[in-house]
Order: sequence, then C-alpha cells, then structure tokens
Amino acid sequence: MSPEIAGPSPGGAGVRPPGGVGGDDRLLSGWGRTSPTRATVRWPLTDDDVAHCLAEPPQRGVVARGLGRSYGDAAQNAGGTVLEMTSRRGVLAADLEAGWVRVAAGTSLDELMRWLLPRGWFVPVTPGTRMVTIGGAIAADIHGKNHHRDGSFGDHVRALRLRTGGGEELTCSPGTHPEVFWATVGGMGLTGVILDATVALLPVETAWMLVDAERAADLDDLMCRMESRDHEYRYSVAWVDCLARGGSLGRGVLTRGDHAPLAALDRPRRERPRHFDPRPVVTTPQVVPPGLVNRLSVRAFNELWFRKAPRRRVGHLESISYFFHPLDGVVGWNRLYGPRGFVQYQFVVPFGAEDALRGAIELMSRSGAPSFLAVLKRFGRANPGPLSFPAPGWTLALDLPAGSVELAGLLDLMDEIVLAAGGRVYLAKDARVRADHLGGMYPRLAEWSDVRAKLDPAGTVTSDLARRLGL
Amino acid sequence: MQDALGAPQSVLLLGGTSEIGLATLRRVLRTGRTRRVLLAGRDQAALEVAAKDLGGGPEVRTLRFDAADDPADHEAFVTEATRDGDLDVVLLAFGLLGDQERSEEDPAAARRVIDVNFTGAVAVLVPLLRALRAQGHGTVVVFSSVAAERPRRANFTYGAAKAGLDAWCQGMADRLVGTGVRLMVVRPGFVHTKMTAGMRPAPFATHPDAVAEATWRGLVRGAQTVWAPPALRWVMAGLRHLPRPLWRRLPG
Repeated sequence: MSPEIAGPSPGGAGVRPPGGVGGDDRLLSGWGRTSPTRATVRWPLTDDDVAHCLAEPPQRGVVARGLGRSYGDAAQNAGGTVLEMTSRRGVLAADLEAGWVRVAAGTSLDELMRWLLPRGWFVPVTPGTRMVTIGGAIAADIHGKNHHRDGSFGDHVRALRLRTGGGEELTCSPGTHPEVFWATVGGMGLTGVILDATVALLPVETAWMLVDAERAADLDDLMCRMESRDHEYRYSVAWVDCLARGGSLGRGVLTRGDHAPLAALDRPRRERPRHFDPRPVVTTPQVVPPGLVNRLSVRAFNELWFRKAPRRRVGHLESISYFFHPLDGVVGWNRLYGPRGFVQYQFVVPFGAEDALRGAIELMSRSGAPSFLAVLKRFGRANPGPLSFPAPGWTLALDLPAGSVELAGLLDLMDEIVLAAGGRVYLAKDARVRADHLGGMYPRLAEWSDVRAKLDPAGTVTSDLARRLGL
Repeated sequence: MQDALGAPQSVLLLGGTSEIGLATLRRVLRTGRTRRVLLAGRDQAALEVAAKDLGGGPEVRTLRFDAADDPADHEAFVTEATRDGDLDVVLLAFGLLGDQERSEEDPAAARRVIDVNFTGAVAVLVPLLRALRAQGHGTVVVFSSVAAERPRRANFTYGAAKAGLDAWCQGMADRLVGTGVRLMVVRPGFVHTKMTAGMRPAPFATHPDAVAEATWRGLVRGAQTVWAPPALRWVMAGLRHLPRPLWRRLPG
C-alpha cells in the first residue's frame, strides 16, 4: 500500500522565529524547573541544518531538545547550543497495512495519536503525558503502563536515522549497527541527534479503554493483587499513598485496562469510535507561590483520592486521554510546585527485592516528605540498551518539592537502598544522583561510553546531565 | 554543574582562610558531590593548612589572590581559576574589618578597608561573572554584613564598604536574571571569629557554622538575601527605622 503522508509541518508561530536555524539565548530547565541554565537555542528545519550545527559546534557543544519533559537536566546545555527539534515534525511515511510509521523526531506523541487513532492505530508505548517527542521517547527509552507485557518504546523502534556527534549520518536498527541503535535507545541524546524513526504500531478498534479499578488496603495487598493478575491486562499501574502510616502503609489504588473493542461501546460512542481530540481543561497560573505542595495539602489530597476510588469497579469505559494522560488536562501543572520546582525520583528494584521497595516506602512515610501521586508498576523484560532504565522488577516514581535541605539526604538514603538491592534510578527523571553511583546502577555503562566515544570522539554532543554525571 | 538540590561539582572560595568561608565550604562538601575545590588568598602557607584541614575527597588547589591587586591581576586570576573547568559555586568571603578609629585618622587605613571590602571585591566579581555568564550557569555567594544595613559608630568604615558591595550585588543580581547565573548576598551579624576576637559580642552573635548552615539553606531555597542568624532580618527591619539619637546609643 502506498504510504499516507501528512508531510513535515514547520513549527508554528511562536515555535520558530523567522530566519531558519536562528539562534536565541534562553534560560532552559527540565520539567521539574530546577537548575535552569542558559544556552543558545536553534531551530534546525532540515537534515542539513542539523549537520551544520554539529559541524561547527560551539566550544560547549550541542544537544537536542524535544518538548522538555525530562524532569532534570537532560535537554539543557549550559553555555552551548540546544537544538529545538520540534521544528521538524510530521509523518514522513506510513504503511497502515503492516502497521508502521516513519516520523520526524520532533513529532509529539500527541500529534501522532491524533493522526493514528482515526486510522485505527495507536502508539506502541505511551507515558503519562502525550507531550513528548519521538526523539525524546527513544533517547529516554520511555515506558508506559504496558511495560510488563510490551516492553519500552525502544522495543518498537524498527530503525532510526542519527546524525552522530562526529558528523556521520547513520541509519541503525536492531539488525544494522545494533551497538549504535541500542546506545541511542536510552542514551539520553548523547550519541547524536535523532532525525527520524520508524515505529511499529498497535492496532485498535476504538479510542476507548475498558478499565478495572480496585483499592488495596496496604502495600502487601497491593503487590499481591498486581503479581497475581497483571498479566491479564495490557495496561496496569497503581497509585500509592506514601504518607499513610502503620497498618495502611502503602495503601493504594490499582487501575488496569485494555483497549475497548468496538462491541464494548454504546450506540452514541459507536458512531465515532475512534474520535480523538482531547483538550486541556485548565491552565496553571504563570506564578504560583512556593510551598503550595506540602505535607498537609498532599495528605488531604491522598485521603480524598483514596476514598474517591471505587473499592472495586469492573469494565468502566474511559477515554484514552483520561486513562493515560490525566495531567495533560492541566497545562503547566509543574508550576504548581512554585518557583523552587520539584524533583521526580523513580527507581526500579528487581523482583525478589520486595523488602527494598518496602524499605523505601517506609523511609518516605517516616520522613513525611510530601510525595504527590506516587506511582508503582511492575516492569517486564529489559531490552539490550546499556542505559535503558526498565528492568524486570518493581518501579516506584515519586514527585517531591525541591528547595528543602533535608530532601538531598533523604534521596541519598533512597539511592543506597536501591543500589544495595541491585536497582537503579531513571536518568530521564534524575536531577541529583551521585555520579559515582551510576556505574553500580548501570553495570554496562563502560560499554555504552565506548560506543559513544567512537561516535563522537570530540564530545561535541553533550548536556548538563552529561557534565553532572561525567558521561 | 549544580544539581537540582544545589550540590555543586566545583567551588571557588575567595578568602581561602576565612572562617565563615571555610565553614560554608565544609557545609557544601557534605553534599558529597564536589570534586574540585579552589582556595584563593594572600597567605600561601595558611591556604595549604586550610586545604589539608578539608581532608580527602575533593581535589583541592590553592591560588594566590589579593583583593588589593590591579584589575589586570584579577583578570589573570580568573583565567587561572577557570583553567580546569566550570566554576559552579563561588564564595566571596574575604574581608577586612580594620580599626575604626584609625580609619578616621589615617587616610591610608581608611582606604585599605574600602579597597579590600568594596573596590577589590567588585573588581574581581566583574571578570568572574563574565566567566560564569559564558558557561551559562553558576552561583555566587557574597558575604556582606549586617553592618551594611545601617552604619554604626563602632565600624562604619567597614560598614560603608560592605554597604557599597551589598548595593552593587543587589543591582548585579537583578542584572543576572535570565543568564543562568545567580548572585546571593549573605548578611551575617556579629560572628565569633579571629576577625572579631577580643571584641564585645553584639546581640544575636553567632558562629561560623551557623552562618554556613543559613547560607546553604538560602542556596538550596533559591534565596536572594540571607541573614545570619535569620532573625536578624526582622530585627534590622525594625532597627533601621530607629531614630538616630536612640540608634547611636545602642550597645556594641
């Protein structure tokens, strides 16, 4: 079948100043809004623009940036150049019989879903936001609620085109230049600039989800429910109340679901079964005072969230955006943490290290650090990416307000628990891990560094994260 | 780079034998992420001792620096200080209290207090901030003084110099918005150090370690101005409006 082509769309007004590649000094931070640094931002429109930016790099190097959803400093480059890849968007080729698309790296999952769903296809993996680019999804090797069954984003990338830091253009895949491919999947953008990628798709009959929700009284109950029946669902995730104490420690709400078949829809929905046009509900004010997210407000929220969840509800119909991306309805929700920003701490510990998970949750509960929406999930198989985060085990993600002196020590203790259990933290979320812990968390770090050194001997592609962690 | 919770990989201490400076440096080192420390000062032997006292861990380098040097020397100093990589945090902690009565009699003594505390500090901050702006990130902590808030009979030459520095830094901090570089002013009250040895402590007297803790908290919080002890902010907010006849009769 001939590919359907939406065509590359140039960045709209406000995204790209007139004058092509451009160059504008800007203060950039990650989604957590901590440690902002200044860089020269450029908007490459063509492959040649990217090649040009890499061929004449400034002294402090170049890094690609998508929609800035990494929580820490992965997509910033103090004193150097940052390429805003959202200037290159669109579906370049597609085969909707075989189920794949080739898309420009700056295309967001939001744009891709809007294009795919009416045609009966869905992205293979979606995180908790649609506002990430394909390039970012590969560089962070993002995962979603289906990791236990489908793996991470990199597992569904058939091929990608990369402009390396050394200036070479490479097309790589699990079969061709596999070492480059897997160093790029999860490589935090440090192997080069991803230009476009071919991604395998998931066929769906509708834009709706069939969802089962249930409450768990404590952590053991929650983990037991996840272990026994996660495999029956494509998607599974649990919310944990990290401020609950004593007998309620680790109480939570488990939500699992699958894509709804056409037959599951009522008549009004069946008329437009694959209609997908989510709109933001509210926008966070530009300025929010610090301290809004605190122990009291989070405790109150957690109590409400737990009580509002059904004890058990089966086969509830939810929209894709409600099920996967509830926070996308609140534009700029990260500003709720105020000017000091927040840190997301996400780790995985292997199956068998349940005591470490329990220890970590107990530590959080004892410290009283207000974690809003802690998320627990079971990971399935790891892929061959040396820096890819997911590995078989339990992963927990916590959002914590920055700006307190005590948080650093608390998270250092968490690191010790995670390391001792043979686990690791997620670099796309990280903004503070000790550089000397990285090798313990990612035992194949040296292998990755070798590949990168070959691709980019001069270290042209670099970022604040790379400097902070000595990558 | 400084991480999201403030911890730097490199620190430059100007006034490498200053007790407040070293206490703050030790507090910063407790984050366990600092790999490179530069101690800058006049007395090489004293710097070596301070370096040894910091113990193992980060690599420590000592650099000759004199606030009273010429601008060209300051430029050369900054080139040397940035030779091995980025400066994430700069602590400007040198100062000269001087003898108040002498500074009222001897123009050279008065000038030296102004030169070290104000002119010299600004003269080294200019090339330093240029370097930090080029690297696109960094935090400068300038130790001012509560004496900068309102001149007192007991130390107004020092207070005037610190007031000048404090004012310059406030303006510069606003200038730096959007550059990735931050400047924070710390105003300690009376601190028990060798500089104040033998003097009668003023109310709210504190210790270098307490100043260090307040400074570190300010850094992590993203503060623009830190008072040490923090209560001085409110005390001085009242005292600055005290009528002069009462103010000059205050002890200390």
